[in-house]
Amino acid sequence: MPLPSSTATPLLFEQGQPGRATPYVAATASARSFLPREMMRGDDLELPDLSELEMVRHFTRLSQKNFGIDLGFYPLGSCTMKHNPKVNDAAAALPGFRDLHPFTPDHLAQGALQVMWELERALSSLFGMAAFSLNPSAGAQAEFTALLIAKAYFKNRGDAGRTTVIVPDTAHGTNPASAAMVGYKVVSLKSKENGRVDPEEMRKAVGSDTAVCMMTNPNTLGLFEDEIATIAKIVHDVGGLMYYDGANANALMGITRPGDMGFDLMHLNTHKTFTIPHGGGGAGHGPVGVAAHLVDFLPSPMVVRDGPEGRTTDAHTFHLDFDRPRSIGSVRSFWSNFAHAVRALAYIYANGADGLRKVSQLAILNANYLRVKIAEFLTVPYNEICRHEFVASAQDLKRETGVRALDLAKGLLDSGYMAPTIYFPLIVPECLMVEPTETETKETLDAFVETLRSLVVSAKSEPETLFNAPQHTPVGRIDETRAARHPDLRWIPAQTGAR
Amino acid sequence: MAQPQGLLYSKEHEWANVEGDVATIGITDYAQGSLGDIVFVELPKVGARVDQGGNVGVVESVKAVSDLFTPLGGEVLEVNGTLEDDPSLVNREPFAGGWMFKVKVSSLDAQRANLLDAAAYEKLVAESEH
Amino acid sequence: MYTPHTARDIDEMLTVVGAPTLGELARVPDAVALKVRLDLPQATAEIDLLRRFEHLAARDTGVAYRQFVGAGAYHHYVPPVLGALAMRGEFLTAYTPYQAEVSQGSLQAIYEWQTYVCLLTGLDIANASVYDGATAMAEAAIMAINATGHRTLLVSRAVHPNYRVVLKTYADGLDAVIEEIPDTAGGITDWQQLAERLAAKDVAAVVVQSPNFFGNVDTPDEASQQAIKAAGALLIGVVAEALSLAVLQPPAHWGADIAVGEAQSFGVSLAYGGPYVGFMATTKEHLRRLPGRLAGKSVDAQGRTAYVLTLQAREQHIRREKATSNICTNQAHCALLATMYLAAVGNTGLRAIATENLRRSRQLATAVANVPGFRLAHQAPFFNELVVRVPGRAGDVLAALEAKGILGGVDLGRWYPEYADAILMTATELTTDADIDALSAALKEVPARAAAV
Repeated sequence: MPLPSSTATPLLFEQGQPGRATPYVAATASARSFLPREMMRGDDLELPDLSELEMVRHFTRLSQKNFGIDLGFYPLGSCTMKHNPKVNDAAAALPGFRDLHPFTPDHLAQGALQVMWELERALSSLFGMAAFSLNPSAGAQAEFTALLIAKAYFKNRGDAGRTTVIVPDTAHGTNPASAAMVGYKVVSLKSKENGRVDPEEMRKAVGSDTAVCMMTNPNTLGLFEDEIATIAKIVHDVGGLMYYDGANANALMGITRPGDMGFDLMHLNTHKTFTIPHGGGGAGHGPVGVAAHLVDFLPSPMVVRDGPEGRTTDAHTFHLDFDRPRSIGSVRSFWSNFAHAVRALAYIYANGADGLRKVSQLAILNANYLRVKIAEFLTVPYNEICRHEFVASAQDLKRETGVRALDLAKGLLDSGYMAPTIYFPLIVPECLMVEPTETETKETLDAFVETLRSLVVSAKSEPETLFNAPQHTPVGRIDETRAARHPDLRWIPAQTGAR
Repeated sequence: MAQPQGLLYSKEHEWANVEGDVATIGITDYAQGSLGDIVFVELPKVGARVDQGGNVGVVESVKAVSDLFTPLGGEVLEVNGTLEDDPSLVNREPFAGGWMFKVKVSSLDAQRANLLDAAAYEKLVAESEH
Repeated sequence: MYTPHTARDIDEMLTVVGAPTLGELARVPDAVALKVRLDLPQATAEIDLLRRFEHLAARDTGVAYRQFVGAGAYHHYVPPVLGALAMRGEFLTAYTPYQAEVSQGSLQAIYEWQTYVCLLTGLDIANASVYDGATAMAEAAIMAINATGHRTLLVSRAVHPNYRVVLKTYADGLDAVIEEIPDTAGGITDWQQLAERLAAKDVAAVVVQSPNFFGNVDTPDEASQQAIKAAGALLIGVVAEALSLAVLQPPAHWGADIAVGEAQSFGVSLAYGGPYVGFMATTKEHLRRLPGRLAGKSVDAQGRTAYVLTLQAREQHIRREKATSNICTNQAHCALLATMYLAAVGNTGLRAIATENLRRSRQLATAVANVPGFRLAHQAPFFNELVVRVPGRAGDVLAALEAKGILGGVDLGRWYPEYADAILMTATELTTDADIDALSAALKEVPARAAAV
């Protein structure tokens, strides 16, 4: 009997019977013969023993309560939920990559080192940077890393008075959080009426205390910062550094480069632009790129190619370079989220230079197509040519019907779509941030538009349906207040060992 | 809702009820309404010395975390332990059961000048709602 | 590649958008437009792409060697059932579970992971994961600094050197001070020196690892635990080999306020260093300082059990510069693999596998100690790693082993000058009699060779 998806799945801890687990490894001895008794754990550990079939069904059922790109359209703004090509996973699962220990001597890990070196070179070329570090584990850690690099750079110059980071009000929330982690004071910059950073405001904000200006371009409204070169000059003129938040890099490839815009440092989320599967919240991968004057401060190790300049041949060898005296250190246990480096490089090679430009162009086409269509029935506050994403607002709809962005989002879930990002960026009330990506067909976009249109129509006739949505998902709206007031964050065993 | 008379108010939306040299302090109805469902309140330690306007704790709702400032400085005498189990009191009775802490106020007159009365606070709220 | 647009689609869509060409639509100001040719190859068909990567992977010849390398990343058996389940697109291609109604699978799995971490560490609460063992340790240090108001971190020299580098990197951002607690000749933390240093009562946290980097069980006794508590410091217990928790006393038992570590051993591939999965657990008292995501159990509008990310107000996207940490994307898919691993092997299997690690590593110790010129550096009880003193330099011995198709371990002299003649060796349930025999035979030939060099 197929289970309806709304049936609760018992926790692992409520299933199984002691002794039922599959013996993947034969037990040949008792731990007691190897350790002093006082160091050994007693019988307090009570993990469930499930048969393999019980375990398979458990996780298969859980998977049926999840929505992924493989199931349907995922227009989550700022997250670039594009198709994750399966060949990338196949490449990462090749035994030479999958089973390679990070302490394998360099000369026995040449393939992995070459992958890292080639990815580093490809990213540097694609984004106009002198070098990239593949060390950081995700975008947020990459921001932190880049700000540490900036701090080390100023310290090395004997420039002690730089204490502030300038962040536009459209910025991702990680920007101010990362700045605070390295002890910088955050100055928020108000956007001008056309949704862009105002060079005049920037001029007023910068000074001898400016360390870094963190921006993304296109910004989080999906708009290109046309005056970026001027802005960069203003920051550079006072001795500050320009930092590029690469969350929106899917709009740029082969069209323009952060390096050409005047950025000194940047990060990428390869789990966005370069098709690393997001995995329900990671693992990510956040390479940090820098201009020439900052290369010395990049994390350790870097991969170095030994041998002549020019195209890589079998005569070239590669090694991990730890001898980097000015490096900020390292932000992870081992060199990189290497499996993701394989995936990203596979994606780059599959597309090639022209293919990547096409990727960005079509991402922009899909976003603009949706923007124009959606503007027919929802307010689009900045209704002009956008890049890979745009922002709509349910503010007018809310005034008229009481239906909020949240309700539209839940209505979309009921219709088999992932909802756009809502309530971000903070400067647009009741906003829905839509990023279709280039891997969606025109048919999918058309169907989405019609669904959203019908939701807006029904908001006017029967808003109750939307207030109560979703109804056709495994569970309905969840009591978040209860979850936060009485945190229940784990299963707790019965006191008497009843399981 | 009209602001209760006889209390002192800060621009950060805290209230203080002064009896003798002891002030009972909480956040206003407007503040709790803006925060939404409050899930956790972090209060200062009893015995701590706090300055007027100082950051003494945190009010956490489902969607936001706000710093808690004290409208009056002095020594913390008592905190409302009930809020640990039932933070929703701040939503339900912001001016009564949802009080947060008591301070033995030093030099009240000097501090009082920095605070608002009910009418002035009402005006502030009316302006914020625009 | 992977873009579905036909020429006709593009034309129709451009018309709707009101742009003449794709190039025109995507135009940026001339001042910043790309003017150079990108140094990238042209597109590669999938069949050739995979061949290229097969060629590269084949250059990683190290995977075919007999393995005695551990040091924070471990060769363990991964049941195939994990791959079959974890690669399901519903898990793999989902974003962070913000829309909880359609993310109950991810959320329940996180809740189960949090439970496993609590049961294994003995602590009250755990988060959804952090990047890896080293960053988990650094995040724990930040928690301790915020909890105590102190800025000094006392870190045992027997903590993984890479973890200490990461802590130092993070500490540079935080203006925290790191002081080292020395290790003894016996290969454990010098607890006596720790007690003396604590007297100043300015310490935020004491950071120790057990089993430590040398493989030895290294936990504070009652008196040291008391001294840490009396100094107002927190004890951060690091476990770089999570499998050890199946048989060793959990961090809560030896006084840890925060337990952090690396769970790569639970079904996550070595993959030349990542992605792995850091875990983090603490006591109820520190709930609101715990960084990262937390899944909580609640109910939906109809009263049905439902899971949701909770206490999100602490996080960066709401609290911005006042957030507990800037972490957002974590290691959800690796944590899912680890959860599946624990569900597959169960209590019985986990203990059996850990015991097999104990047995094999002792078999290794005996075999190595029986070779003339080689001896165990320490007497302390260990889990699955041990330090071996060799005749001559460790690097020469490792090179000699390599010539016999063996990766004999890690040269400790890389981090500890006094161990320049020592190798950290690891055995797991994957180690066979044949591996140990081959190692033993190769070592017997080494002394003569080393002496000849």
